[in-house]
Parts: sequence; structure tokens; C-alpha cells
Amino acid sequence: MLSATAKPLPLAAPLAVFFAALAPACDSDPAAGSAWDDAELRARAAAVHEQYIHVVGASYTDTRLAAEDLQAEVEAFLAAPSADGLEAAKQAWLAARELYGQTEVYRFYGGPIDAEPDNIEGRLNSWPMDEVYVDYVEGDPDGGIINDVARYPALDRDLLVDLNGAGGEDDIATGWHAIEFLLWGQDLSADGPGARPFTDYVVDGTGSASNQERRGEYLRIVTELVVADMTRLAGDWADGAKFHEEFAALDPRDALTKMLLGMGSLSGAELAGERMAVAYETREQEDEHSCFSDNTHRDLYTNALGIENVYLGRYGALTGASLADLVAARDPELDAKLRTQLRASVEAMAKIPPPFDRAIQAPDGDPARVAVADAIAALKAQTASIAEVAALLDITLNLEQ
Amino acid sequence: MTPVMPARRLALLALAALACEPGPVGPEPGEETPGGDTTVFDTTANAFALSARNMSFDRRQRFVVGNSFFNKNWVEAPSSTASRDGLGPTFHARSCSTCHFKDGRGRAPAPGEDFVGLLLRVSVPGVDAHGGPNGVDGYGDQLQPLAIDGVPAEGAPRVTYVERPGTFADGTPYTLRAPTYTIADPAYGPLPADLEISPRVAPAMIGMGLLAAIPEADLLARADPDDADGDGISGRPNYPWDARAGGPRLGRFGWKANQPSVAQQTAGAFLGDMGITSPLFEFQNCPEGQAQCAAAAAGGAPEIDADLFADVVLYASTLAVPARRGVDDPQILRGKALFTAAGCADCHTPRHRTGPDADVPEAADQTIFPFTDLLLHDMGPGLADGRPDFDASGSEWRTAPLWGLGLVETVNGHTEFLHDGRARSLLEAVLWHDGEAGPARDAVLEMTVEERDDLLAFLASL
Repeated sequence: MLSATAKPLPLAAPLAVFFAALAPACDSDPAAGSAWDDAELRARAAAVHEQYIHVVGASYTDTRLAAEDLQAEVEAFLAAPSADGLEAAKQAWLAARELYGQTEVYRFYGGPIDAEPDNIEGRLNSWPMDEVYVDYVEGDPDGGIINDVARYPALDRDLLVDLNGAGGEDDIATGWHAIEFLLWGQDLSADGPGARPFTDYVVDGTGSASNQERRGEYLRIVTELVVADMTRLAGDWADGAKFHEEFAALDPRDALTKMLLGMGSLSGAELAGERMAVAYETREQEDEHSCFSDNTHRDLYTNALGIENVYLGRYGALTGASLADLVAARDPELDAKLRTQLRASVEAMAKIPPPFDRAIQAPDGDPARVAVADAIAALKAQTASIAEVAALLDITLNLEQ
Repeated sequence: MTPVMPARRLALLALAALACEPGPVGPEPGEETPGGDTTVFDTTANAFALSARNMSFDRRQRFVVGNSFFNKNWVEAPSSTASRDGLGPTFHARSCSTCHFKDGRGRAPAPGEDFVGLLLRVSVPGVDAHGGPNGVDGYGDQLQPLAIDGVPAEGAPRVTYVERPGTFADGTPYTLRAPTYTIADPAYGPLPADLEISPRVAPAMIGMGLLAAIPEADLLARADPDDADGDGISGRPNYPWDARAGGPRLGRFGWKANQPSVAQQTAGAFLGDMGITSPLFEFQNCPEGQAQCAAAAAGGAPEIDADLFADVVLYASTLAVPARRGVDDPQILRGKALFTAAGCADCHTPRHRTGPDADVPEAADQTIFPFTDLLLHDMGPGLADGRPDFDASGSEWRTAPLWGLGLVETVNGHTEFLHDGRARSLLEAVLWHDGEAGPARDAVLEMTVEERDDLLAFLASL
């Protein structure tokens, strides 16, 4: 839904003024008779709210550390390019993605990750990427910002941030997938990931492709940017930070609304819809999330795990008060159903045989393609239950299931 | 029209005394949910982007696929992304959402700025084979400011504004900005002296399936082409060409009601705005004389296939109308009464009932509050584009639906209204009304500042 072209304008006559005047003078109290009159529910919800903040903070902090590991590997590789160094950087990228994937459930409610105007998510994780916007591709050896020395004589952070999304959604210049493309290269093989030679970064004149030094510089800048953004996210959720304080001060009902909105939006519109149903329908490799590394199956798995994490109040070894317990106290059957469905979705994701692009391109009835359809069905089922949980808690959620 | 005004003014005075007293002026049943069962309760930036709430689980999957194709950029052919290539050869935007950002409204460009959410239709006097606008030699019927590599873009649209001052009856001054459109760098020969230009801003996408489902007889019953009842308001149906039926059909969509269906509106935008051929319009938009355009590679035949096209049409037909806010607020109720008393509701028909045979089942049998009659009205010389469009004259426009009006600022970050975004606020939009709507505009000019605030509070609640 991002569009770099529609920037807000200063307002001639803000409508907000009119809304400010709408005191509900003749209204009845909309909260009358609400489940939220129950002190026990409020107390439980407050504990769930607090645990959620711990979960999000721990998960962003881990991802920040993993991004820093990636940066160290990238720097080591660029200092002395080698096949082993490139492989180590790739492994560090894959390791960081295992953690980042679990954070995506913290999107969709205008938190630090996707609040305007910065919309960090847009520069951190945009996809699918038109790779020739950044570097050469087969048939276009001089393509991309890296090889356009005349137009972009000097590469720096501000330039790449500005170029990200400059001509539309596919013009992705920064983020995890830009790094992925710079490490793996175009995915031209049917059963393996991209196979960029490490020599693309060799600067002594014996390297492959052109502009090796600029390619290294580009990789260095976008890696730094990911580290900077992860540091900011972890910082915003850390004790004492302004956002942390604001979020902690929310009414527990509002906090739970955001938690459920993140879970339901990622489960429904984003995963079941945009990332899987669209790919399933189009059979396009381009509709694959991590298409250069063929790591999409892990993106899907860790996203589903993140949704389960939020419901269970869990991240890694961290546990505490959970939405699950809160729901179980009011409707044990619904809790049991949703727990089962969340686990089933995670397992359905694990059953999709990599690479994902081959699974979606397989003929109808092929086990790989059926596994994708099964996972979509599992996500839809759990999304409906997430909506039921919201209804149980008198929370209105507008989800695309 | 003028003689009825004193009675209306009297009604306003009586209303002002009502405040919180229960009385005959409370909200109508169903008014809070203007889209009927499709209505979504959402006041965030996503308020226009959600599916009809009564949509079935299975159809939602098609909705999200349609959503994806609405949002994602098309790319030049040939490309590895085969289902999304075929952009251009000439075009206005790379995706639907470029202009309908978050399924909402485009805004007017500033002087010197490139056009994004606003396009220019062009023609010369006369009609084409189907009774529609007569395209310009070398350019066709819409100016394309962008093109793929190796194909010249048609030209650069530009706008300038002059301020037109006015005053309310109470002495409060205001100014309206009047646009003038020009085309720089025409690439396919000089533009003719009798060129007609019609600027059209991208409207919000909500509720289109519902508008398509209002029975034709109900719309025609409101028509009064020769003003037989002498109230100063005509209301004329437009009958554009229906490509699928191969004949004229009642127009419902577009600023001049020049499209008969959501499908044709969608196919028209794919071809005219992005250069994407579809099952409905199979031929590239390359006017005679554009050799590079004609020689450019296509991204399939058609470029969007029938299934995906159907998904986008489904999407465009089922974007939910957001619920109103504060329908029982006394100020908003006063504003609503003022809206009716001033005569606004004579064309901005509040309520309709959709029929049982809708193209999308979500839209069938709903009581809706779109505030439009979908008919053409002469809006006077100030708003006239001077470019006839099928049966619409150069000064006629379709009554614009008003639902969602109050959420445009939240969704799109601006408050620019009318067909070309010239109005910088809802009040300016009201003040531009003239012609058949002149008496209603005059009633607003006569209002006190409190009455104006009440009226605007009502509009902002839509």
C-alpha cells in the first residue's frame, strides 16, 4: 500500500477541528455492560499487556544483535573477499532472518516499525524487489544504481533512503532484501538460490562484473542502515524510551486490540493473502518473499511462529502472562481451538518443501503446491479464531481474513 | 428555486433551538451504516481499504489478490514478472494505487509539479463512432505524461491557479483558487487551437458495487431532464457506450457518469491510465501517428488475464464504505437539517435501496446513504470543463457521492475536493457550486458562522 508519490500536504482547513467539536453530549455510554467492567479481566489484561512489552523488546533486541553479527561478517568479507567470507555473510543473514521473521507480528498498528512518516518497515523489508534497480541482471550488465556512476557519483545513506521506493513499490533500494540480492544475486536456477560470485566484490582488477568497489560500498551502507533501524526499534521498546512509556500507559483493552490486530493482520491479509494466496494464484517467482536466497519457507515459518508467540506470551525461553490464559479463563474451548490452530499453521509452514517458488509453480495436485494451499487454509482458520477472541473481549477488529 | 428559500430559512431557525431535545430530527435508521451490511467501522488511514464486511470467507481470497494487483506496480514488457508486465507504452501511472492511494482520493498538483492523482482528458469538438468524445489527432482522448523507454511521452500537463475572492453575507471573506490547465512539450505534433481539456482527479474507491446495484428505474425516476417540475434542477442521465453490450447504457461512474459499470471503469483505467490491455479492451492505446508506441512489446494478450482482471473488479466493487461518526450528535443533526434545507439533498440524494440482482452479492438488497443521484447537473461556468462526454455537456457533472468525505484527510492527508481537487476544503467545494446548485450555494453564503460550522460538521461526519 506504500506509495512514494502521495505525500501529505499541509492542510488548508483541517477537518480535525470539526471532530474536536463533537462532544458526545446525547450519547449513551458505549462501554456500558462491557466485558471490561470486570476487574479480574482488567487485571489479567494488564499483566498480558506488560508481558507483551517484554516479548517485543527481547525479540527486537535479539534481532538487533543478529543484524550486528551480519554487519561484522559483511565488513570481514569486504575487507578480504572470498567464497568463505561470502558464505559466512549469507549464513549471518539467514540467522538474522530467523529472528526478524518473528517480529513481523508487531506491525499493523502504527507502532515504531510502521508509524508514519518514517515507516521503517518500508525501507527494512519491502518486497518484491525489482533487482535491476540496484545492480546488474542477466541481459543488463550496466543496470542499477551501483553501475550508474554518472547519475549517482557518490553513494551514501541519505541517497539510498531517498531512492527506496522513489519510482514506486518495486524500486527497493534498501533493507533485508537489498542485502539478500547483493549477497546471493539473481535467482536464475530452478532448484537453487542465486549464485553471485564473490568476485563481484574483488577490487584489484581481477573481479567479475563492474563497479566492484561501489557494490561493496552499497552493501556496507544498506547493512549499516538495517543495523541502525533495528537499533532504533529495539530502543523504542526499551525501558524508559518515549514509545515504551506511551505503550505501557495504554488502557489494557487498547493494548490487547493492537496485539490482536497485529496477529490477525499478519495471519490474514498479509500471510494468507498477499504473501501466499497471491503467489499461489500467479505462480510468479517474483511473488516470493525472499526470492534470491530461496528462504521464503523460513520467512513464512517464523512469521507464523511470531503469531503463536504473541498469543502464548512467549519469545524463545521468555514466558509469562498470556492472552491464551486470559481467553481460557473466559472460553476454554476457544482457547484450545486457537492454540491448536496456531500450532497447525506453524507446522503447515514447515511442511512446504523449499524452494517456495517451485512449490507455487508446481501443477495443481502436486504435494508441494497442496502444502501451500493447506498452509493458507490453516492461516485462514486461525484468523477467524483471532476474530472470535476479539469478539469475546468486546474488541472490534477489521481484518481481511 | 429562489421563492422557496424563505421557508427553508425558517426551518433552520426552528431547528437551532432543538439541541438535545428528542424530536423528529434524530438520525434515520441505518444512517450510521451508509454502506448497509458492507459498512466497516474504521477511522484509521485504512478506512477506505477494507473489504465489505458481509463478504464470504472464500471471496476474501479473491479480494486480496485483487488488492495486490491494485497496489503493485506494472513493469515494462518483457520482464521476468510475467503476470505484471505490459506497462504503457504510454501511461499516467504504474499502479492503480499510485493515484488511488490507500483506495482514497488524489489531490491537485501544485503549479510546476508533475501530475499524479490528476489526469487530463482531451478532445476536439465532435463525437467518435460511439457518441463519445472526439479524440485529438496524434494524442487520443487522454494525455499520457509518461512512457516506457524508447517511446516519447505525450506531453507535460501543468496547472496554474488564480485566487477569486468572495464574501459571505456576514462579511467574512474567502477566496477560491481557479485552475488553468496547459500542456507543455507536446511530442506528437502541435495541439489544436480548439483543444478541449477535462481534468479528472482520482476518486475514492469505496462503495462502487453498491452504486452499481441501485435499480436503474429508481435513478431514472429522479431524472427531470427538462426541469418539468420547475424547481431549477434538471438531473439528466448519461448514456455512455457499453463495450460489452455494444450499445449505450446508463452511466454511473466517472466524474461525468461516462462509465456504465465497475468492470468497464476498471478496464478503462487499466488501458487509459496504465496502458494495460484487458479482456474488455484488448488493443493497446497507441493513437495513429505514434509509431514507437505501436512497435513496442506487449506483455501478453491481454496483459491482465481474465481471472486477475475479475479479481480487481471484485476488489473495486467491494471496498467497504466506512461508518459515519456522531450521527446523533446535536451539531451534526443541525448540520444535516441545514444540508437538506439548503437544497443540497435535492441532488445529493441521501438514501437508496439496492436491488436483489447485484453484480456482487455483498451489494444486493442494502439500504445505503451515498448522497448522490448519479445524474448530471449543470454546475455553471466556473466548474465547466467545456468538454462534452457522451450526453454530458461541457458544464454538466455527475453528482458526486459524499460518503467517506470526512475521512479523506485521515486516509490521504489532504482536504482537496471536486473533480480536479481545486477546492482546498469542504467549504470551498460547497462555494464552487453554481448553475443548478447556485441557490443551494447562496443559502450557504447566507448562513451564520455557527450554521456553516454545523453544516461542515455534518459533512465531516460522512
